Amino acid sequence: MVAVAIRPEPPANPGMAVAIRNINHHFALHGEHLPVLDTISIEVEPGELVALLGPSGCGKSTLLRLVAGLDQPSSGEILADGVPVTGPDPSRVVVFQDPTLFPWRTVFDNVALGLEAQDRLHKDRHRVGTALQLVGLSHFAKAHPQQLSGGMAQRAALARALVNDPRLLILDEPLGKLDSMTRITMQSELVTLWRRAGFTALLVTHDVEEALYMANRVIVLSERPARVVADVSVDRPYPRGRGDQYLVELRHHLLDLLGLGSNW
Amino acid sequence: MDLGSGGGVAAGAAWALAAVVTAGWPDINEWSYTHLLSIIETIIGFVLVALALAFRPDDPIAIRIRRGSPWALALAAGLTIWEAVTAKLLWLPPPFFAPPQALLEAYLEDWPRLLECALHSSILLGTGYLIGAAVGFSSGLAIGWSKAAAYWGHPVLRLIGPLPPTAWIPIAFFLFPSSWSASVFLIALATAIPVAILTWSGVSSVPASYYDVARTLGAKQGFLVLKVAVPAALPHVFVGLFMGMSASFVVLVVAEMLGVKAGLGWYLQWAQGWAAYANMYAALLVMALLCSGLVTLLFTVRNQVLSWQKGLVRW
Repeated sequence: MVAVAIRPEPPANPGMAVAIRNINHHFALHGEHLPVLDTISIEVEPGELVALLGPSGCGKSTLLRLVAGLDQPSSGEILADGVPVTGPDPSRVVVFQDPTLFPWRTVFDNVALGLEAQDRLHKDRHRVGTALQLVGLSHFAKAHPQQLSGGMAQRAALARALVNDPRLLILDEPLGKLDSMTRITMQSELVTLWRRAGFTALLVTHDVEEALYMANRVIVLSERPARVVADVSVDRPYPRGRGDQYLVELRHHLLDLLGLGSNW
Repeated sequence: MDLGSGGGVAAGAAWALAAVVTAGWPDINEWSYTHLLSIIETIIGFVLVALALAFRPDDPIAIRIRRGSPWALALAAGLTIWEAVTAKLLWLPPPFFAPPQALLEAYLEDWPRLLECALHSSILLGTGYLIGAAVGFSSGLAIGWSKAAAYWGHPVLRLIGPLPPTAWIPIAFFLFPSSWSASVFLIALATAIPVAILTWSGVSSVPASYYDVARTLGAKQGFLVLKVAVPAALPHVFVGLFMGMSASFVVLVVAEMLGVKAGLGWYLQWAQGWAAYANMYAALLVMALLCSGLVTLLFTVRNQVLSWQKGLVRW
């Protein structure tokens, strides 16, 4: 449902280079030391779409929160275009598993949230309409979030992120709670958006097929505390076919790495 | 409920019957306004019948009359019974039980004083309530948002929160220069405590994910408070405003009965002192209309502000 060719010129907004270096992180839970991330190092090139694949509860989302600047790592450093991440910044926007739209705001006002927070709504108001058009929600600008379906709400959350022209889009299982049909549609939409806009994207998922369909690279993480188990490059052109033989074989390989090979 | 298209006519007839009972059945004691009462009842009856016949059954006004006609009928019946057991039969003895025409007399002869008292009560209540709501909201917001404010504010709120505001009356009347300022303080206190507690609980129950979203989109502290915490907490705040309003009514009446030399509470005391029971009932009715009107006003404001919420309680 993505409107085509909103921005015909080449991406004006190059993606961000992300360097995750020797990150260790732990939680203090009831006085206990709970290690979550174990010496994680990942280099992401500008414009890449990198999937982080791992068993649920392994610490993938924690890693994304660190990249977003919502939390600080226990040790190690994260560089965004060479600059250490010390806090959140609208150039690195997160789309969470729950759309988390504000129920008291209309869809339009939800999408406008970032511009409003950065005091540029008066100047960039037109961007809100463009973002809504991009995700196919133009007719729902005046609706309230309760009136949207799960897929529409997640599209609105995506528009709320895109309106800021992020250079890094952080996707924390954004399709995890959608039904499988909506999910398949939105996977292709996200790929289209990413290819056109040129931002870097980090996608957390526990769906092997989703990772292979969307990403340039798949990084496989272990059970908690998460370590990098494998860094697999997915060398296939877009748009990809879901039945692509190469992807099917790669899927087998990744399931093996996750210890699920016997389920093939 | 719907009595059909004949509902308006039936209600009109009931009012006409009330008029006949009032005028045709002689009072045991003479009341000066019996005649006027029956004229008013006749007019109401005629208006109801005329309205019921003037509009086509599917006209919105006709539908409203049909909806209201059971109430109009019941009111006429109630008034007739009231009239009968007081003025006509003396089953309920005067002066403690006044007939309807005595209330009419109280309104027609003492309306300047009643109006002045209603005005005094409204100003006192309004001043105290608005101050209390503002103070309660800002302190609740501070306690909910800032750790330092919570450290100092929470124990104070826990200690004085459960205290009935009327317990402060002796101290307030002693400490404040006038009984009016003391009453403003008491009403503000009664309002502020529930508003503060509910605002605080509203702010602390805002999901952390709302702040995460806003922060990644570039929101600073001020935005997080005013555009995230406050709107998310508003449903709670309104519960506090309703609770505060009930508490403020209690304090208003008690304060006016004890110290303030004006207002509807004072009027009630004064009327009782003169054994003017009809005036007491008249003032009580005015007070009920005033309080109910204010609650309705608050409901209207809430429904506007929280129009995004589904399934609101209607008043």
